Amino acid sequence: MELYTFLRELADSWVLLALTLFFLGMMVWVFRPGSKLIQQDAADVIFRNDKKPGPVPAGSVPGPSKEA
Amino acid sequence: MWDYAKLIMLASVGLLAAIAANYAHDLPYMVNAIEVAIAAAITFIYVLRQVGEDKTTDAGEYMDDVIRAGVIATAFWGVVGFLVGVVIAFQLAFPSLNLGNVTDGILNFGRLRPLHTSAVIFAFGGNALIMSSFYVVQRTSAARLWGGNLAWFVFWGWQLVIVLAASSYVLGGTEGKEYAEPVWYIDIWLTVVWVAYLAVFVGTLVKRREPHIYVANWFYLGMIVTVAMLHLVNNAAVPVSMLSSLSVSVYSGVQDAMVQWWYGHNAVGFFLTAGFLGMMYYFVPKQVERPVYSYKLSIIHFWALIFLYIWAGPHHLHYTALPDWASTLGMVFSVMLWMPSWGGMINGLMTLSGAWDKLRTDPVVRMMVIAIGFYGMSTFEGPVMSIKAVNSLSHYTDWTIGHVHSGALGWNGMITFSVLYFLTPRLWNREGLYSLKLVSWHFWLATIGIVLYAASMWVSGIMEGLMWREVDANGFLVNAFADTVAAKFPMYVVRGLGGVMYLTGGIIMVYNLWMTVNAQPQRAAAYAGVPAE
Repeated sequence: MELYTFLRELADSWVLLALTLFFLGMMVWVFRPGSKLIQQDAADVIFRNDKKPGPVPAGSVPGPSKEA
Repeated sequence: MWDYAKLIMLASVGLLAAIAANYAHDLPYMVNAIEVAIAAAITFIYVLRQVGEDKTTDAGEYMDDVIRAGVIATAFWGVVGFLVGVVIAFQLAFPSLNLGNVTDGILNFGRLRPLHTSAVIFAFGGNALIMSSFYVVQRTSAARLWGGNLAWFVFWGWQLVIVLAASSYVLGGTEGKEYAEPVWYIDIWLTVVWVAYLAVFVGTLVKRREPHIYVANWFYLGMIVTVAMLHLVNNAAVPVSMLSSLSVSVYSGVQDAMVQWWYGHNAVGFFLTAGFLGMMYYFVPKQVERPVYSYKLSIIHFWALIFLYIWAGPHHLHYTALPDWASTLGMVFSVMLWMPSWGGMINGLMTLSGAWDKLRTDPVVRMMVIAIGFYGMSTFEGPVMSIKAVNSLSHYTDWTIGHVHSGALGWNGMITFSVLYFLTPRLWNREGLYSLKLVSWHFWLATIGIVLYAASMWVSGIMEGLMWREVDANGFLVNAFADTVAAKFPMYVVRGLGGVMYLTGGIIMVYNLWMTVNAQPQRAAAYAGVPAE
């Protein structure tokens, strides 16, 4: 089979199905139970850490870092 | 050690560019090579003076100096781009302004038009995207920009792209593809800069100290990744010589046209829509001090937008050699795009629910709202124009130009202005803007300017579309092309005046921002300024 024909067949069948399922799955996933609290927390991210970065996570070296 | 490597690299680039300028086959190539040599020399001296200095930075502070530079560049290139736009608008109304006899064609409409589009899209819009994304990704990730001075490389690299492209256009260098005019070596340099931009952005996301990746970052990242793909595919070309600006596209005929408009429409969809929606999702909630109306809707907005936009390009090629199924596909996806676009518009507008009173007191909020309004209007107009029957009237007419400008001036311009008004007092640590009254002046001048622009282009476009297709009883065309040109004259003058008003608003903004930095008192302590680096 020619490469074009193969790609065209693939795009019209399995890839189309996979993309559609991913898209519908995303819609369902957004409305999953318990998502509301997580999404509220995410929406409030913009009101935190406005002036300075968050605390350096434990385990990494504190203090100024050397940058090239 | 790294400093010495940089010095060697810059010296060789400067030397090679000087040699290339000497052996150049054409004028744009020679001038570009000289510019590269000068840029390398300046950077060489800058690096040389800093060898061995302590370059430690405080990870406990955001990297805001590069964003300040971005604010200045955005405002500067905005005014330059609007000015060139006004010039070419009047060139269309009064062709003698081309000054063909005096400038040997350098300032012809055909040379200045890509200068205008690139200046407003890539210089004004691009700087706005880079600078605002650096601001947003730091705040929402609670982390300093990744990669140290790589962000500065992105900033200066981008300015070099702009300068190279602009000087190349006026000297006749072009690939002849709309919005992808830069010649092959500028395309390569743009790729390098864009990859660095991606690295800084993703690097910052990776080291974020928030569990979430805020939705604005999704839009920015979608923009960065897609633009990289579009740029690489559409600019695939073989240079004629290493010493020439000419190159030959690897595609030909209808494939070339389809790739170009796949690129062209997604440049609109991702550069001018997804990226600027990233701005909307951060700065609108910040300015009205309430979270986005629906986070669920914003996620659906994102996925629906990127799933649909990528297919809409063929609507630029209705009634051409493009297969019918492809142009129908483009039309159907364009019409479907209406849904995510309006979902996003509703999400942006409804963020104001409970804070609508701010429309009366805060001209910056007013600017954001009219930007979102224009987003809604132009994303309604676009699908309508993509329908084949409508397109047979609207295509190749001024209606298209009007549509583009209601999106570009109304949506991209207005949201960027509001972001500049938001950022300037914060980045320079000033007590609010210098004058809200001047913001109102800017708002009204820009709005009335857009209305004049869009209305005159509707009239002119529909008129010329009807004139082109008018046939007499015997089936002969009634109008010559020159008849339509003559009939459009009054609309061209009105369009130019609309542009003058928009430009005046931009100049007022620059004055206001300048005075905000220079005449406003420092914001009271509590937050010491970011140390100079």
